[in-house]
Amino acid sequence: MNAEVKADTLPEKKEFWRWQENVWVDESKDWKSAKIITCGIDVGSVSSQAVLVVDGELYGYNSMRTGNNSPDSAKNALAGVMDKCGMKLEDIHFVVGTGYGRVNVPFAHKAITEIACHARGANYMGGNGVRTILDMGGQDCKAIHCDDKGKVTNFLMNDKCAAGTGRGMEVISDLMQIPIAELGPRSFDIDSDVEAVSSVCVVFAKSEALGLLKAGYTKNKVIAAYCQAMAERVVSLLERIGVEEGFFITGGIAKNPGVVKRIEKLLGIKAMDTKIDSQIAGALGAALFGYTLQSKKAAA
Amino acid sequence: MIANYGYKDGSGEYYISIDTDKCIGCTADRACLTACPKLMFEIITDDYDDEVAWVKKPNCRTLAYDCADCKPSAGYTSLPCMTACTPGAIKHSW
Ligand code: SF4
Ligand code: SF4
Repeated sequence: MNAEVKADTLPEKKEFWRWQENVWVDESKDWKSAKIITCGIDVGSVSSQAVLVVDGELYGYNSMRTGNNSPDSAKNALAGVMDKCGMKLEDIHFVVGTGYGRVNVPFAHKAITEIACHARGANYMGGNGVRTILDMGGQDCKAIHCDDKGKVTNFLMNDKCAAGTGRGMEVISDLMQIPIAELGPRSFDIDSDVEAVSSVCVVFAKSEALGLLKAGYTKNKVIAAYCQAMAERVVSLLERIGVEEGFFITGGIAKNPGVVKRIEKLLGIKAMDTKIDSQIAGALGAALFGYTLQSKKAAA
Repeated sequence: MIANYGYKDGSGEYYISIDTDKCIGCTADRACLTACPKLMFEIITDDYDDEVAWVKKPNCRTLAYDCADCKPSAGYTSLPCMTACTPGAIKHSW
């Protein structure tokens, strides 16, 4: 018997975790007439973003999965948005790198931590009433307080493990074989409330989730238990620095209502709305820092 | 700015907080740098161009172990870092 399997008969491997990559430019603006063009590049462990700011205003961005190394991820993220609007690197006056790969952004004039950049970005996205920021990134989680200018006054970061992060959600998405964007809505499609899984540690949560499925939980109930656990975990982080009104969530998980609504319920406050993609907050803040620095340089 | 370094795990919350406003023009001659037997503190230029103390990255994930020798269980009544930092910038959560 011929055991050879032809490539075209192999089952397609679905990547349920794969979230929507995005390129956008504001067609109503003409960057060619701008005085100052700055760029922020956020190279995170899971996603990378390049944001263009024209005369202090958001002009365009590209948000994509981080590649094999930081310099290439930075280049690809920037190339994506520049191609969309016909811009060249020479047209950009100042580039700021942020995120865990910030020191490896090849063309950056300065590197600034993601803590300061998220606060600055959230201030732009949510306005000067933003006081408490929760950034739920790919592999870490940050709780930040800022003033009305978006300057950090208090912060706490947990990067010890992937628990309560975007990567953890990707793992659950693949395990349940449900597209990542559907996890949040499905976590509410349950007949009764569920207890949080006892651990959000990616490794333990995986085996616990499988155990719950075996015990007769529906997939939706398992997802709900995981969303609840993530919410409880980040709330305990937030409580350490305190939560003030003007609560804003950045990062990919801000797009998951299953986690966001549970956080809001636990805290008893609603997160502020924004029309801007929550995943670009860090890169946007970096580009805005670039704008301030370039403006000072131009004025000197 | 209050900067919190550390983590929470199944055994507890381990954070060192530094009030970096007190580090600007430190009146203790950066005593934290030499007081800590594990040399955990370092002076950096932060995002707002101020020279402040922080806890070195690798130590942020192992504070419970790193500080164990200084804690009351090891016979200390006050922590070397907090005693040396006379402006009172350093606090421990445990
Ligand atoms: S931690 Fe204390 S001793 Fe160290 S630089 Fe800051 S104020 Fe000075
Ligand atoms: S408790 Fe001891 S080891 Fe820990 S930071 Fe203070 S001086 Fe260093």
